[in-house]
Amino acid sequence: MQTTVVREQELSNVKSHIKKERRQLLIRRFLSNKLAVTGSIIIVIILLFTFAGPLFASHDPYELEAKQRLLEPSAAHIFGTDNYGRDLFSRVAHGAKVSIGVGFFVAIITSILGMIIGLYAAYYRSLDNILMRLCDGLMAFPAILLAIAIMAALGPRVENVIIALSIVFTPYVARTVRSSALVIKEQTYIEALKAQGAGATRIIWVNIAPNVISPLVVQATFIFADSIITEAALSFLGAGIPAPAPSWGNLLYDGKMVIFNAWWMTVFPGIAIMLTVFGLNLFGDGLRDLLDPHNNKAKK
Amino acid sequence: MKGYILKRLLSLIPVLFVVAVVVFLIIHITPGDPASVMLGPEASPREVAELREELGLNLPLYQQFTSWLAGVVQGDFGWSIFMNEPVLQSFFSHLGPTLSLAIFAQLLAVMLAIPFGVIAAKRRGTIIDQTFMGGSLIGISVPSFLLGLLLILLFAVQLRWLPVAGYKPLNAGFFLHIRYLILPAIALGAMQAALIARMTRSSMLDILNANYIKTARSKGLREKIIIYKHALRNAFIPILTVIGQTFGTLVAGAAVVETVFNIPGIGQLIVNSVERRDFAVIQGTILLVAISYVLINLVVDLLYGVIDPRVRLNRK
Amino acid sequence: METKLLEVKNLKTHFNTERGRVTAVDGVFFTVHAGETVGVVGESGCGKSVTAESILRLLDEKSTEYEGEILYKGKNLLTSTINEMQAVRGNDISMIFQDPMSSLNPVYTVGNQIVESIMLHQNVNKKEAYEKAIEMLRLTGIPSPEKRIHEYPHELSGGMRQRVMIAMALSCQPKLLIADEPTTALDVTTQSQILDLINELKVKFNMGTVMITHDLGVVAEVCTKVVVMYLGQVIEESDVRSLFSSPYHPYTDGLLKSIPQLTGDRSKKLHVIEGKVPTLHQVPKGCRFAPRCAFANEKCHDEMPELVQADTSRKVRCWHYKEIFQAGEESPYVSAADSY
Repeated sequence: MQTTVVREQELSNVKSHIKKERRQLLIRRFLSNKLAVTGSIIIVIILLFTFAGPLFASHDPYELEAKQRLLEPSAAHIFGTDNYGRDLFSRVAHGAKVSIGVGFFVAIITSILGMIIGLYAAYYRSLDNILMRLCDGLMAFPAILLAIAIMAALGPRVENVIIALSIVFTPYVARTVRSSALVIKEQTYIEALKAQGAGATRIIWVNIAPNVISPLVVQATFIFADSIITEAALSFLGAGIPAPAPSWGNLLYDGKMVIFNAWWMTVFPGIAIMLTVFGLNLFGDGLRDLLDPHNNKAKK
Repeated sequence: MKGYILKRLLSLIPVLFVVAVVVFLIIHITPGDPASVMLGPEASPREVAELREELGLNLPLYQQFTSWLAGVVQGDFGWSIFMNEPVLQSFFSHLGPTLSLAIFAQLLAVMLAIPFGVIAAKRRGTIIDQTFMGGSLIGISVPSFLLGLLLILLFAVQLRWLPVAGYKPLNAGFFLHIRYLILPAIALGAMQAALIARMTRSSMLDILNANYIKTARSKGLREKIIIYKHALRNAFIPILTVIGQTFGTLVAGAAVVETVFNIPGIGQLIVNSVERRDFAVIQGTILLVAISYVLINLVVDLLYGVIDPRVRLNRK
Repeated sequence: METKLLEVKNLKTHFNTERGRVTAVDGVFFTVHAGETVGVVGESGCGKSVTAESILRLLDEKSTEYEGEILYKGKNLLTSTINEMQAVRGNDISMIFQDPMSSLNPVYTVGNQIVESIMLHQNVNKKEAYEKAIEMLRLTGIPSPEKRIHEYPHELSGGMRQRVMIAMALSCQPKLLIADEPTTALDVTTQSQILDLINELKVKFNMGTVMITHDLGVVAEVCTKVVVMYLGQVIEESDVRSLFSSPYHPYTDGLLKSIPQLTGDRSKKLHVIEGKVPTLHQVPKGCRFAPRCAFANEKCHDEMPELVQADTSRKVRCWHYKEIFQAGEESPYVSAADSY
């Protein structure tokens, strides 16, 4: 009795040690991956800008000043002002919250929904057919068009943008999760667990789910980026976030109206979108290289 | 081969059914009464009731669906209230510019991306490779409508080389047609090019390690022939998949780019219909785009047989 | 018979990898005459395939460096230009590979691939090339070659594909054939057919042949001379008969003893060479076999022996080969051999 306790103690020590070592290895590999590091630096800068930017913005993003319309970038307005005389810097900074917020929520919601759908589809064959046909059907629509159609029906509101984008992107997550889960499900130890009488819920969430986390995180990063692009496109088309709110897409929409007179209204929000998406894509690429065991550059 | 095509066609049925259900439901997830949303706040209750009757909104949902689906199967995609014509007609009258733009963008992308991808693969790890791949990652990160705006800013507003916006149909002259399409096609094709270049590079890298490439080299073939005859044809299979899969995205992306450049295509039709709350047009157009998307993927699948003899299932 | 076709002199092949420089081949010597089959044997990872590919310089030139000399008819291939190499490949020296499943391009017919080779090196038109290809396929024993020539690789069995590879390799009547484990991926009955075929064609065309293999049975069957490799080095070179009757190097001895015997006491455990082959990143300083060798002393661990002429037809890389060989019967190795 005593010895088994000691053994278990030892075992858990060893286990936590292995875990720690693996974590250290992962961190070291992460740091040696230039893509991932550059990506995360860009993301950190963008996040700082998102949360700290509004504090530095001396102007209210909604404050209209007719006399200050379309001013070029200057010391008072470092990004210039827009066609209503609003300070562009503070609009881009506040817009970051909206745009990144939408991307973040969509990434979280699609991850949760996609994980549930993918796991259960992988586990239950009967469910698989129905769920995957549903996903195929949704994936048959080009993402942006489906989003436009849903927005047309729901009406332009921030919450609706999140709902629409979640509907559009969940099938992609579900497919990824399902294919990783299927590989795990076929392994002998899952069969052994079933033979021992472990319940389906337990197998799905305790034994299969942890194995699909890495591809899920990678995919979520890309969906984060795609959502920012799609939200911007929706807002730009007038089917996204309603007008006075400063999302990046809305800023570009305003900018297009005065593209002959005010380059800054297109360039600054544009750079914000590009940098954010570029950072997320870099990070996602690096993460995938890091987590994908097939990608360990096996050379002769 | 015939049997294979038939099998593939049958497998499309469930997908298309889901597509139809989703499209049908779009109008019904509208908060409140679709008829009053369509007519706007000024409409009288009688007008709303009439429209409800006309749209069949008083029938039970499944009956609405079956009669709608029956119409769709017979080629009746609804009636545009705003333009007062069948949706199919509006669709076809806007299709030309979109197709022209999408095809031009696709050609541009393929012609740039494949050589770039091959060169990057050949010189993997060098500065050239890293520059190309870094560039492609930027290409993936710039949404087409944003690139369009930046291109307008540079080439139309600053340099005044090309028109800011607008569209000239092909019968106005080929060069005029292309002149107006260049900027939109670059905007639309950039992301496509980046995706294809990355896929070309990675599948070329895989294939250049294949044993049959070593065989080809051991025969004394020149490196050019090895790359373009032996490797590229094999690498083309995954490349074709990307081209096929993303052609649908391209058509959809055209919708957004069209708005930037004021091109009277499908995209503008949809965007305008959203503003006009012309639900029938939104439904019908999206359904038609989804169907074409599915069919394009089918054609891509069948094209594999032409490139890869292993897929030709007719031989025994 | 006495024309030296190929002479490999102190060949070294280095790879520049992400983890630093690795020397996969480090001192390989052998000579091939016309009409002769030289076997190159060793465990997997000993550098025999790299040696084979080094002869035709098929390795990625960007990350590979060669040292030493590879003389084909007196001309050093390692200093030849790429154009000269391309003229040699497939025309003077041909190669067949281990895995016939993946060595043919899946998207072209076998005819297309053979014809490509013929038209590259010979001044013939397409029709003549096709006739020649059919003749070559017939020569390799493929039934109804005029039909098979229009088939794709995936429509043929593994043995058939290896025959196609042979037909392709020999289509320009090369003077030298390098066969890199040509039978490893095939089933046993096909193996001996392919070996017979190679042998037969070798005689017919008076080719020199380099047979890369891990299988001493193959060596016994087709080779006249044999080169044993261990960890990138040639450790013994000998005619086949002498090698099998009295190996000089302890490693060769161990290899021979690990062949299962059908006669004698089969309950006896098979001989196993103790220890593992070290990786190329951690080669021993002295004799490379020393850590696994029963005869190793301090000198073996500290100093690398050279490949020396042991008698008129044999070379060996071992400090102790004389003592071991003379000790003869008393040595634990030889006495163990007797009990089989």
